[in-house]
Amino acid sequence: MIGPRKKLSYGQRAVLAAPYLWIVVFFIAPMALIAKISLSHPAETRPPYEPTFSIDDGLAGVLAKARTLGFDAYRALADDRLYLDSYLTSLLIAGVSTAIMLMIAYPFALTMARAPRRLRSLLIGLAVAPFWTSFLIRVYAWIALLKDEGLINHALMALHIIDAPLSIYATNGAVVIGIVYSYLPFMLLPLYSALERQDPALREAAADLGASPLQVFWRVTLPLSRPGVIAGCLLVFIPAVGEFVIPDLLGGSETLMIGRTLWNDFFANRDWPAASAAAIILLALLIGPLLVAERARLRAEEEPS
Amino acid sequence: MRFARSLVLLLGFAFLYGPILILAAMSFNASKLVTVWGGFSTKWYVALLDDAAMLNAAKISLSVAALSAAIATLLGLAAAVALARFGGFRTRGLFFGAVHAPLVLPEVVLGLALLSAFVAFGFERGFVTLVIAHATFTMCFTSVVLLAALRGLDPSQEEAAMDLGATPMRAFALVVLPAIAPSLASAFLLAFTLSLDDLVIASFTTGPGATTLPMRIYSQVRLGVTPEVNAISTLLLAFVGIILAISALALNRPARDLA
Repeated sequence: MIGPRKKLSYGQRAVLAAPYLWIVVFFIAPMALIAKISLSHPAETRPPYEPTFSIDDGLAGVLAKARTLGFDAYRALADDRLYLDSYLTSLLIAGVSTAIMLMIAYPFALTMARAPRRLRSLLIGLAVAPFWTSFLIRVYAWIALLKDEGLINHALMALHIIDAPLSIYATNGAVVIGIVYSYLPFMLLPLYSALERQDPALREAAADLGASPLQVFWRVTLPLSRPGVIAGCLLVFIPAVGEFVIPDLLGGSETLMIGRTLWNDFFANRDWPAASAAAIILLALLIGPLLVAERARLRAEEEPS
Repeated sequence: MRFARSLVLLLGFAFLYGPILILAAMSFNASKLVTVWGGFSTKWYVALLDDAAMLNAAKISLSVAALSAAIATLLGLAAAVALARFGGFRTRGLFFGAVHAPLVLPEVVLGLALLSAFVAFGFERGFVTLVIAHATFTMCFTSVVLLAALRGLDPSQEEAAMDLGATPMRAFALVVLPAIAPSLASAFLLAFTLSLDDLVIASFTTGPGATTLPMRIYSQVRLGVTPEVNAISTLLLAFVGIILAISALALNRPARDLA
């Protein structure tokens, strides 16, 4: 797909200039800026952060100022149990949610992929339609269900399954339920497209050669769906780690997820260097999964099937 | 086997749609308590009409969504054309990565980065910064949709137009644009709904006087479940549902005719 590097015509440059400029000014520069702020001194509570670089300084001036940058904000974070706990809790909750989601989504996607052909696009359309509706509202809907005096407890008590309300709301369990519910469409779509593409002849061949249905699934269907499983898990794991809305609305005060800790640090304490350093560490934690996801997408994008 | 499959589908869809439908039902409940049905009532919707702050937030959200989606669609189209048609120009890899990175970036990180930039540039935070922020984070989605559309297009038609003397501009406007019109519409809708829904990036990048609907809903939700929030939520769900249904019908028809 990519040919040798070539010079663009003026018309082509004009087309490229608008999105290029936009991305440099509103994405690349901001990301570089928080990297720089994270190296500033945490004591200062108002921007602009020292040192401020300027062209007038010349190279020597810039170098002298650069020496005043430091890792104070990172050192402060490393000593802060709150942040350490937040990162660990985020990874744990996102990991557990991803695993549960995979177990729910796989049979669901498989059933849709094996449905009669004319029904398939309707089914997958219905399954991913909730993605288009408000995330905030879908999370909010669970508060009324999960509360001690909510609908689920009410129903269970009315059926005499439990005597006292289960405390689900404001726990890490509620956050997991919220993540599983909100991100399910992201898991379903790649699984479905991987499963739907599979050639039924492969399964028939395995069955003809004497494999039991379980063996067919375990040795043919599942290995062939691996790219879909990986894509789905990454698509939900990465945003779930940085999630803010779900832990804030469904979690308890002890649910420290990094998105929420960062948010609170920023909006309550106005500690820009600390929040920036926390954001950079979050990116560093996610860099592995991000690169795998990026490579998978690049492959899909450069080799259109 | 048939029964098992139907059961899986039933459970799956009940899980996906149950909470939303219960929320919608509760918005018509005359009682304030979720566990008591006090009879059918539209009084929470009427109460909404008196909530000037909520109506104003809805107006701001819709304007921001429309403006930022238009910008994101145009920028995404330019980016997609460059990526699909310009071959391997220098820094193509950097450009490709930077355009699509916001797809996988945690929202809090992007929100914080944009805010730092607006402060550093000396931009007054408010409506304009909100539009810029939303255009930036939705542009990656529009670019993905439009890139796929351009890739799926047969280049021979465009080449034929140019062989017949059309300039590249004219060939693009007369051949390519009409062919990808449905994708342009769905890219715009995707950007529109993403902007309408965003809480995190908006909270970082807006200023006083430009409170969006999700921000307004969020501050109410923090105080607990209220029937008014159920009502506005149901309206939003219905609004997006109608857009979805219309676009599904509009986009499906040509595909069905082709098949």
